[in-house]
Amino acid sequence: MTKFEMSETERQLRALAKERILVLDGAMGTLIQTLRLDEAGYRGARFADWKQDVRGNNDLLILSQPQHIKAMHRAYLEAGADIVETNTFASTSIAQADYGMEALAYEMNREGARLAKEAAREMEVTTPDRPRFVAGAIGPTNRTASISPDVNNPGFRAVSFDQLKDSYAEAARGLIDGGADIILVETIFDTLNAKAAVVAIEEEFARRGRRWPLMLSGTITDLSGRTLSGQTPSAFWYSLRHARPFSIGLNCALGAKEMRAHIEELSRVADTLICAYPNAGLPNEFGLYDESPLSMAEMIQEFARSGLVNIVGGCCGTTPDHIRAFADAVAGIRPRVIPELTPKLRLAGLEPFEAAA
Amino acid sequence: MPAPTATFINIGERTNVTGSARFRKLIQAGDYAAAVEVARDQVVNGAQILDVNMDEGLLDSEKAMTTFLNLLAAEPDIARVPIMIDSSKWTVIEAGLKCVQGKSIVNSISMKEGEAAFIEQAGKVLQYGAAAVVMAFDEKGQADTFQRKTEIAARAYRVLTEEVGFPPEDIIIDPNIFAIATGIEEHNNYAVDFIEATRWIRQNLPHAHVSGGVSNLSFSFRGNEKVREAMHSVFLYHAIQAGMDMGIVNAGQLAVYEEIEPELRELSEDVILNRRPDATERLLEAAERYRGDGAQKREADLAWRTWPVEKRLEHALVSGITEFIEADTEEARQRVERPLHVIEGPLMAGMNVVGDLFGAGKMFLPQVVKSARVMKQAVAYLMPFMEAEKEALGVTGLSSAGKILLATVKGDVHDIGKNIVGVVLACNNYEVIDLGVMVPTQKVLDTARAEKVDIIGLSGLITPSLDEMVHAAAEMERQGLDLPLMIGGATTSRVHTAVKINPAYKRGQAVHVLDASRAVGVASSLLGSGRGTYVREVREEYDRIAAKHAAADADKKRLSLADARADRYVIDWSQYSAPRPSFLGVRAFRDYPLAELVPYIDWTPFFAAWEIRGTYPGILEDATVGPAAKALLHDAQVMLKRMVDEKWVSANAVIGFWPANAVGDDVAVYADEGRRVELDRLHTLRQQMARSTDRRRHVALADFVSPREAVADFIGGFAVTAGIGEDKVIERFQKANDDFSKILSQSLTDRLAEAFAERMHERVRQEFWGYAPGEQFTNEALIAEKYRGIRPAPGYPAQPDHTEKATLFRLLDAEKEAGISLTESFAMWPASSVSGLYIAHPESHYFGVGKIERDQVEDYAERKAMSVAEVERWLAPILAYDPSRAEAAE
Repeated sequence: MTKFEMSETERQLRALAKERILVLDGAMGTLIQTLRLDEAGYRGARFADWKQDVRGNNDLLILSQPQHIKAMHRAYLEAGADIVETNTFASTSIAQADYGMEALAYEMNREGARLAKEAAREMEVTTPDRPRFVAGAIGPTNRTASISPDVNNPGFRAVSFDQLKDSYAEAARGLIDGGADIILVETIFDTLNAKAAVVAIEEEFARRGRRWPLMLSGTITDLSGRTLSGQTPSAFWYSLRHARPFSIGLNCALGAKEMRAHIEELSRVADTLICAYPNAGLPNEFGLYDESPLSMAEMIQEFARSGLVNIVGGCCGTTPDHIRAFADAVAGIRPRVIPELTPKLRLAGLEPFEAAA
Repeated sequence: MPAPTATFINIGERTNVTGSARFRKLIQAGDYAAAVEVARDQVVNGAQILDVNMDEGLLDSEKAMTTFLNLLAAEPDIARVPIMIDSSKWTVIEAGLKCVQGKSIVNSISMKEGEAAFIEQAGKVLQYGAAAVVMAFDEKGQADTFQRKTEIAARAYRVLTEEVGFPPEDIIIDPNIFAIATGIEEHNNYAVDFIEATRWIRQNLPHAHVSGGVSNLSFSFRGNEKVREAMHSVFLYHAIQAGMDMGIVNAGQLAVYEEIEPELRELSEDVILNRRPDATERLLEAAERYRGDGAQKREADLAWRTWPVEKRLEHALVSGITEFIEADTEEARQRVERPLHVIEGPLMAGMNVVGDLFGAGKMFLPQVVKSARVMKQAVAYLMPFMEAEKEALGVTGLSSAGKILLATVKGDVHDIGKNIVGVVLACNNYEVIDLGVMVPTQKVLDTARAEKVDIIGLSGLITPSLDEMVHAAAEMERQGLDLPLMIGGATTSRVHTAVKINPAYKRGQAVHVLDASRAVGVASSLLGSGRGTYVREVREEYDRIAAKHAAADADKKRLSLADARADRYVIDWSQYSAPRPSFLGVRAFRDYPLAELVPYIDWTPFFAAWEIRGTYPGILEDATVGPAAKALLHDAQVMLKRMVDEKWVSANAVIGFWPANAVGDDVAVYADEGRRVELDRLHTLRQQMARSTDRRRHVALADFVSPREAVADFIGGFAVTAGIGEDKVIERFQKANDDFSKILSQSLTDRLAEAFAERMHERVRQEFWGYAPGEQFTNEALIAEKYRGIRPAPGYPAQPDHTEKATLFRLLDAEKEAGISLTESFAMWPASSVSGLYIAHPESHYFGVGKIERDQVEDYAERKAMSVAEVERWLAPILAYDPSRAEAAE
């Protein structure tokens, strides 16, 4: 590992984030649902003869329906997003194995980043005073590194750290090659998965001799207030602080209301930028998210007024209308000031642990 | 939650194969379960960080480290503390780092192989996100003097902070604790050197910490725990004052400095602080006197072991402790008649506590998984007993309670919850076939057929899985399966199951299972002898939910009335010959024999009225509410007998039949069979909800009556009451201050009225309309609406407009004929009354109109010759729009 040299992009982003609260985009899945694509739609021409069903493989649309994906990025940029996420949540070889498309993972990441970058560049032509950024999204895969899927064999792991690392490395390579400005590891349900991603990304940075800003975002899925793998928000931060991320935060799972306490905790303990992009409420009985742009923007605005956040956006169920409302809601509100924390030995198991001095 | 802060960090050493012979033996024997208990012991005894060391020549240390850390990760009460990954081999450390999600401490790295290797390892430690213990060790060897200790510490600190970018607060220097009082003079000052080096490090290397392995210190007093404890305490007392803030100490074996016997304390202090040349001799001499005194036995928190066995089992399940589970299960077994009762009793009770705590967010997933494991072990222990019992009873082999197929639906990969359900079911003697995740519907159905399963359970966590489940249900319907379908998973819900899945699957029953702890209850209800009533209860509940949901469904898109009419329910009238009722006009029944109605009583709603939920008669055997239900039923039957015998109330009815034909969404009722004189007109409302997925039509009651041009059809109507005189009964009990009897009598007359409606409808089908003369149904089948035709009541989901009662009562002349009147709000009086229409077509069925749009309201108002505002008032609960806003918008 080389000594930490902050990237130019990160300097630029941090300068912007001092001035105002930055806006991340909203859900891709929600927009993709509105396309109501059938199996053939997902396949497009290129995968017409693919050996298994691919409907539901949203990331594949980068390759099979790129025009739709790019249009979605554009819609979010027009709504006021400073940062758009690539549509690559599941573009890891591990997640794509479900569709037999592990060999396409690199290409999906590269093309996903390229599409988003194109959209961002085109937008910058229209609004030259506002730089736009592409965050290359890396999801958690569908396997947990620190939980056994077999209750009778708690020592078993369905995936190893090294398998995850290799899969994440490939994704990161693709995203960087495609032109991503930021790497975003999101929806972290198991911190050990994220740790594998961090090692993979750091190695990739070392190989290229430069860094990219890193955003990390966990997810708290239930009322226990912990990640799926059992960590509290503080423990989560302590376990990932070594990555020196541009931002740490939470996304998905619960709506803004339920996320608030956890974001507040992170905001207190994390000496970096805070990013919150909740779902549009909890899914109702039909799996639909019904928090309206306005009502959700009110909550986001409250986050901002309370000085909890530096970056806001939306996850499942949010749309360009939501992002527009968020951008309006946080405009002019002073961003959270990064706290200066006394250096202390801060460790974590599932719970945080702090040495006295 | 603020992180606990600690001034001195206690690191347990009993999970260290070099520090604990017992632990080493366990690991060598592969007894990881016992090894995990050692770790738990350490945490329970106050270790804030757990040191794990597998450095033993005969072990595959990388593998042992990985196995043990993976096992610890599954124990939330252990995994809550950070881990210290302790090894002198880098490969073992790296293997450990790949298993731990938290921020750990690596123990240790050093410059013994030079700076380059040190920098590389430190860089990796940083990448994995751990702090590091740095041994005071360099190319020349281990630092023993103050000079060497501080020199190496300073150099390592500089390299780490300046060249690696290691956060200084994550650096922990171990300046080496060596054995003292060895008889070798150079060793006498080791403790002092350590303490002074500690002081120097803390003053000169900002934010760095100091740690050490304390037990080395007293190596020469092996076997004399009393003296060792004293030495450790005294050493730590001084070292901590100097700034040592971390140490590998057996937390259960540490005397309190102030509580050490003064003589022993002073002798130890002399040795540690190197205060007199004869210190070692003096301590050695005194040591003999303390030998054999032994360490105090650990007082683990085993208070729960004294609890009653049921509480112990619950505690073990909630805490995930398997240590005593077999003994406790055996004890519980000896107290009950059959081994199964242990499962059904205390074990399930414990699992229910787990389910409740999980639901309330007081337990989280890993703990629940552990609880399931405890359960499994308990059941495994009971299995041989259950088998023996079955053999004794002449049953060969082990028969399962049922075969259940579990799968996470296509497109979904989440299966943790499903696995828990599988375990819990297996624990309860169900044979579980788990197809895993991403399972295509066809595979589920094929396997279900091939394996002849009894129940299919589908799970899903992500939202698109909801549609997949509807699809699966529809496929089961289409392919002719009738197995019960259990639905579970985070996004599933009772409402979704009721509204979307249930209607797609008519052949069998879909049941939503809230959580794993409920799975057994649902499965046993679906397969048990009370299956019929259970399914009926679920179906009723789901119909209720669906109707309620349809009513509340204001935000959904709706069809225009024209489009809804275009998609009306079409009956092929050419195939239908309308049965002619035995009479036309009305017929009254005064003072109907109550005794005839009693067998038609549906007791389930009676219990519901008393807020005892459950289906009769199963409710009587319910473990919780059974006794209360039985007592209530007894009281009810005593009163009912008197009510009938002493004629507390009397029952009247009026029924009528008329020639009728549908006219659009209305039904014209004629005075004559030539259909020349229209007597009155019944109005019906049509469903307008948009339906994207299913093929159900947009129904109105008028669809079930033939249009005039097709068939000369008929319609019937009825009003019944069992409440004539009920006001006097109520008054009587009121005067006697007997609220119980008052409410009991009301709930009974209410049931009698419903029974009357049921009986009258039966007679209508068999005699008066006579289209089903040979019909023979049990009361249960009647309640389940198995018969042909319907009796929809105004004000209920199929016709939510209460004002239609006015027309019905006019046609029946109900007030005169039966003594039932309508209030200005169209409520019936006496209260224990029921009224409705009779429709005979075999395809007629109950449905919910749901929300309607303004276009239908306007059309309806015109048909009823009422103002729009008046219609809106009566139909307010089902309006899909806000009338005040609609006006304003125009």
